[in-house]
Amino acid sequence: MKILVPVKRVVDYNVKVRVKSDGSGIDLANVKMSMNPFDEVAIEEAVRLKEAGIATEVVAVSAGLANSQETLRTALALGADRAILIETDVELQPLAVAKLLKAVCEKESPQLVIPGKQAIDDDSNQTGQMLAALLGWPQATFASKLVVNADKTAAAVTREIDGGLETIEIALPAVMTTDLRLNEPRYATLPNIMKAKKKPLETTTPAALGVDVAPRLKTLKVAEPARRSGGVKVADVAELVEKLKNEAKVI
Amino acid sequence: MTILVIAEHDNAVLKPATRNAIAAAARIGGDIDVLVAGAACAAVAEAAARIAGVTRVRLADAAQYADHGAENLAALVVANAAAYSHILAPATAAGKNFLPRVAALLDVAQISDIVEVVSPDTFVRPIYAGNALATVQSADAVKVITVRGTAFEPAGEGAAAPIEALAGAADAGISRLVGRELTVSARPELTAARVIVSGGRALGSNENFHAVLEPLADKLGAAVGASRAAVDAGYAPNDYQVGQTGKIVAPELYIAVGISGAIQHLAGMKESKVIVAINKDPEAPIFQVADYGLVADLFDAVPALLAAID
Repeated sequence: MKILVPVKRVVDYNVKVRVKSDGSGIDLANVKMSMNPFDEVAIEEAVRLKEAGIATEVVAVSAGLANSQETLRTALALGADRAILIETDVELQPLAVAKLLKAVCEKESPQLVIPGKQAIDDDSNQTGQMLAALLGWPQATFASKLVVNADKTAAAVTREIDGGLETIEIALPAVMTTDLRLNEPRYATLPNIMKAKKKPLETTTPAALGVDVAPRLKTLKVAEPARRSGGVKVADVAELVEKLKNEAKVI
Repeated sequence: MTILVIAEHDNAVLKPATRNAIAAAARIGGDIDVLVAGAACAAVAEAAARIAGVTRVRLADAAQYADHGAENLAALVVANAAAYSHILAPATAAGKNFLPRVAALLDVAQISDIVEVVSPDTFVRPIYAGNALATVQSADAVKVITVRGTAFEPAGEGAAAPIEALAGAADAGISRLVGRELTVSARPELTAARVIVSGGRALGSNENFHAVLEPLADKLGAAVGASRAAVDAGYAPNDYQVGQTGKIVAPELYIAVGISGAIQHLAGMKESKVIVAINKDPEAPIFQVADYGLVADLFDAVPALLAAID
C-alpha cells in the first residue's frame, strides 16, 4: 500500500519566538526552521511500515513557500521515496491545506495518510481531521500505536484521549494523525542526505490542483501574552508554607 | 443568532469542560442550544438542561453515538448545522477530534482553542505554544470554535431548559471502538483540579514519582500532573502530561517539582494563579514564571513540605 505523509516547515521547536513590534505577526527573519516534530513521527511511522513490508511507497508532501523543499529533502533522507511540493506564497490555513491534500490523494490514491496531530506554529490541530472529512474517510487522531491488519483493509489504532487510551478499528483508506509517543524518529545519516538529493521531487501549485487557498480567517493582531510578574525565591520550606498560607492564601 | 454547544460526556456524567464552553457561548451572546449525542444518556441531557444560560437541549440518543466516534458525531452536527451561527465544543481530546471534521464538511475554517471572545466574529487564541496571542476574525457564515476551558469560568446552575429529542443520522460504519483503557484515579481530574502537584524527570523513577508526589497531592486534595520528560521516561501515564501537547491547566496552585520549565510545559500551566517551583537548579527556566521558588533537592523539600502543612 501507498502512504502519503504531509510535512510542514515550521520554526524550530527550540527557538523562543518573538512577536513583531507592529503586532503583525511573528518575526521569522533569520530564525532556524525545521520539520514540524509531529511530522517527523509521521515519516518515521510510514518508513517503519515500509521496512516491515506493509507499505510499498512513502510519498512526502508539503505546501507553502519554495523553501519547503528543504523539509521535503529531510523527509526523503529519512526514508520517503519521493516528494511533492505544492508551491505558493499565500498564507495557508488548515482548510486550504486539507483541500490541497485531498487533490493530491485523488491523484495518488494512498491507503493511509499520516499527518502530525498539530503544527507547533499555529497549534490548530485541524488538518488531518479536515482531510478525512473531505475524503469521507475514517480518522484516527492522536495515535500512539498502529497495527495494520493482514489484508490491509483495516487498521487498529490506539489513541491518546483524556483519561487514558482508546483503541479503534478503522477501515482503510484512512487518515491517522500522530501523537509524540507513536515512535522515536531516527536521524538522517549523511549518506542518506546525499541520496535524498537524487530522489524525485515534483512541484505543483494550488491552481494546477484546482484549489482555492484564500485564507478564511483574518489575523487582526498578534500580541505577546501578559508576562507573569516576577516571583520570589524563598529560603526554605517553612517560608514557602508561610507565604502560601498568608500571602497567596492558597493552602 | 443561535449557538450550538456540543456537550462532552461519557453517557452517564456531563464533563465539566462543557460548562466552560457554555460560558464562552454566553460571551458571544444569543440563544444557546446544547447537543447531547450518545446512547442511554438521558441523565446527561438533564444535567445539561440545568446549566445557566442554556435555552434548549437537543438529545440524540442512539447506538451509533455510544462511543462518540468522530465520523458519526460530525455527520449529526452537520445535519443540524443550518440553524446555527456558531458551533462550539470544548478544546479537549474529544472536541479537537470531531470538530474540525464538522468545519470541513461545512466548508468553513475552525478557530481552535479560543481564550477570549472579542466580538461574535473575532476571537483571541494562543499560537506558538502560547508565546503569542493572535486575534482572528472569521468571515465564514458559521463560526466553528473550540474553547480552552481554563480561559472561561464554568457556567453555573440555572432553571431547567426543555429537552427535545433529535433524530440520529445513519451509522457511517467506517470506524468502531475496540476498547478503552482509562487511568484509574481517586484524585480530582487534572483539568478541573484546584491544586496540581506536577513532577518532572528529576523524580528519577516511576516509584519515586508516586512515592514522593502522591502523599503531598493527597494532603492538598490535588491532582497529579507530569512533564513530558517524566511521561516519556515512563514515570507517569500519558494522560498526566501538562503542556502544549498534553493538557492545558489553570489551577489556583500549581506545584512544579523537579520540572525545568521547557516552553512546551509552560504553555500548559502558565495561566495558573500561583506557581510554586521546587528545583535544585537555580537557573531552571521554571523560576522565571514561579511566584515562589525553592532551590532545594526535591527529595528533602517535598517530605518537609508535607510535614509542614497541617
